[in-house]
Amino acid sequence: MEVTVTINGDSHSHDVEPRTLLVHYIRDVVGLTGTNIGCDTSSCGACTIHVNGESVKSCTMLAVQADGQDLLTIEGLADGDVLHPMQESFRQCHALQCGYCTPGMVMAAVSLLDENPDPTEREVRIGLEGNLCRCTGYHNIVKAVLHCAEASS
Amino acid sequence: MIPAAFDYIRAGSAEEALAALAEHGDEAKLLAGGHSLLPLMKLRLATPAVLVDIGRLDDLSYINDAGDHLAIGALTRHRDVETSALVQSQAGLLAEATSHVGDPQVRHRGTIGGSIAHGDPASDLPSVMLAMRATLVARGPGGEREIAVDDFFTGFLETSLGDDELLTEIRVPKMPDATWGFQKFNRRAQDWAIVGVSAIVSNGSAGVGLVNMDSTPVRAAGVEAALAGGASASDAAEAAAEGTNPPSDLNAGPEYREHLARVLTRRALEAAGR
Repeated sequence: MEVTVTINGDSHSHDVEPRTLLVHYIRDVVGLTGTNIGCDTSSCGACTIHVNGESVKSCTMLAVQADGQDLLTIEGLADGDVLHPMQESFRQCHALQCGYCTPGMVMAAVSLLDENPDPTEREVRIGLEGNLCRCTGYHNIVKAVLHCAEASS
Repeated sequence: MIPAAFDYIRAGSAEEALAALAEHGDEAKLLAGGHSLLPLMKLRLATPAVLVDIGRLDDLSYINDAGDHLAIGALTRHRDVETSALVQSQAGLLAEATSHVGDPQVRHRGTIGGSIAHGDPASDLPSVMLAMRATLVARGPGGEREIAVDDFFTGFLETSLGDDELLTEIRVPKMPDATWGFQKFNRRAQDWAIVGVSAIVSNGSAGVGLVNMDSTPVRAAGVEAALAGGASASDAAEAAAEGTNPPSDLNAGPEYREHLARVLTRRALEAAGR
């Protein structure tokens, strides 16, 4: 089935099997491998991208469901060489260790601040409940999100 | 993990969805947000031959004040229910419980109708439907019919919806003055409830629904009866597990779940001011 999506501002059209998961489409067909596959069971959030501006787990969505939608992946966040404020905050606060969860964490965190620009620490922790860090580096991740919120206000 | 192959039909209207169901019968499954169905398909626990995608039927995504009840379109996403001022003021229990479904990413995609039609005893929202005595509206070839929530959940992942029917609307009584409590016990923030309880008290009468205490979502009828007879929260909560048949899994055995049901019911009733 023909699928046309906008990813990071660029239009892509491909003929895909209906059972193709969106994350496989993004990684294997379009070739954007910044979005990771972690648990593959919609638990860990490593595959989080934005669909029409909202965080979504791309392992639990079919590519055909995304037809005609506007997608944003981690590759589309920075402005050229200038990191997105959330990426910059993660860097400054040492909010990554092995880095595997980081693309999904950053995408979830950006969506979180879009919905709640000035969250409490508790709201950040609850807002990131859909993302697991296997290094258990949550403390600095939460710090980075709060730092980004503060820097943006 | 990749689902087994299926034919994909994108419905442009409820009528098109019903026509596809009529043609393919029990070979077909409806796909709304996909956050109950797709995980099962990836594990090949569900292998529908035909997937009818109703995710774009925007006319079934709404929250309306319909006089004595709220009319919520089946395709309304959890995020929209959770943040609706109307739901928060008229059905606070539903708004609160919805905010505990999955995680933000799941709530951006999952729908109230999909969650209820899935009929999972471990889901949060069926317990709210039972506690608030909601009415489900289904559309089929013969027109529309209303189903009382007590007649809706018929077996494990089974409901009284026919193979040729589409859940279109959830009707929740407006209870602006109600007090309520929602309790969900799990080990990780985003997990299914090991046991959960929805309790609401309005005009002196109580509704209590249980999560994950039987093969279907169930009402804590013994608790409701005890409260109607004037029992205190802690006395009434002793009846929480009566008549249930809790599942046993990696997280908990039946006895532990029965204990949780009593404790969580007491807490939910206390939060509801009983």
